[in-house]
Amino acid sequence: MDMSTIDLLRDIASGIAFAAGAVFLLIGTFGLIRLPDVWSRLHAAGIVDTVGAELMLVGMMIQAGFTQATVKLLLISLFLFITSPTATHAVANAAFIAGIRPVRLRRNEAAEVIGETAKKAAKS
Amino acid sequence: MPMFLAAAAAIFVAILLVLIRLFAGPTLYDRVLAVNTFGTLTVLLLSILGFITGRPDFLDIAMLYALINFVSTIAILKFFRYRALGRASANGEDR
Amino acid sequence: MTKAVGLLIALFALWLALSGYFKPFLLTLGILSCLFTVFIAARMKLLDEEAVPLQLRLSLLLYWGWLGREVFKSAVAVSKVILARQMPISQQLIAIPCTQKTEMGHVIFANSITLTPGTVTVEAGGGRFLVHALTEGFAAPEGFAEMDKRVTAVEVR
Repeated sequence: MDMSTIDLLRDIASGIAFAAGAVFLLIGTFGLIRLPDVWSRLHAAGIVDTVGAELMLVGMMIQAGFTQATVKLLLISLFLFITSPTATHAVANAAFIAGIRPVRLRRNEAAEVIGETAKKAAKS
Repeated sequence: MPMFLAAAAAIFVAILLVLIRLFAGPTLYDRVLAVNTFGTLTVLLLSILGFITGRPDFLDIAMLYALINFVSTIAILKFFRYRALGRASANGEDR
Repeated sequence: MTKAVGLLIALFALWLALSGYFKPFLLTLGILSCLFTVFIAARMKLLDEEAVPLQLRLSLLLYWGWLGREVFKSAVAVSKVILARQMPISQQLIAIPCTQKTEMGHVIFANSITLTPGTVTVEAGGGRFLVHALTEGFAAPEGFAEMDKRVTAVEVR
């Protein structure tokens, strides 16, 4: 296999990753606008933060090859992998403490987990 | 190169969509969520810019932005819960 | 002491990966800054089990691979919900039991739940997590039991 074939394969692979990542980014941000309340929007933001961002970074890693840039991209994706669920949880927990509840809630087992805190939040 | 430009364009459109949610609100938590997503997209845009301009230094900025974005989200939420950034609830009782 | 040395090695590896310089003078500066950081961390009494990234083991990497597939599958499922003409959402707040012993195990399980689109951990207490699910399908207890079992298998004891 000569160099131009490898370059072509690399371009195809990263092109697929970029295209899939872009689709997930756009679906996620579209969901951020379309979904009805903050609780459902958390999941749309989750798509952007996990699958969309990681696929984009994978596409860039394929283009960079075995260089220092790939190490940095790996670190960025590791940071996003760890910080994005923590940030999402922080938003969800803050909204929960503030007494915001999902619209059209079908099942609520909050009392089983927190007991007193839930009753207090329900009262206020 | 056109591939990177297309990816950058997709990220740019996504950023515009997030901005709509950022302005529309309606609650504080919608806005914090939008700011957090905006930060993630900015990290991606910065990394792509590093490839387009051929300067890998942008990746360091993107990395710093990823970390600062997380800290700022937590700081905003903490500020609006306790109305202060100092004195954390060290004993966990003054919630 | 072993923790301090472990942290020093981890910090210096990070320094090398980020700088990419191998000149003696710069290497000396890098080692000095890492030593200073470890000194500050020891003074702040931060050298506990979580200071050294020894949690990174092969079983955890394999778990991340499995988690990646799950994240992708549920991202596709959430995308279908978003793009459906009538968004079939029925939001739920459900209690999920967790069987991990250590705090780190709890963190890994809660973060895995949040990382999968469609489910978000809201609150923890009494050996259970309060999880928000977007639809009935994401609230199925079998999926959580599977993830719980895998996290318990990889946690450090």
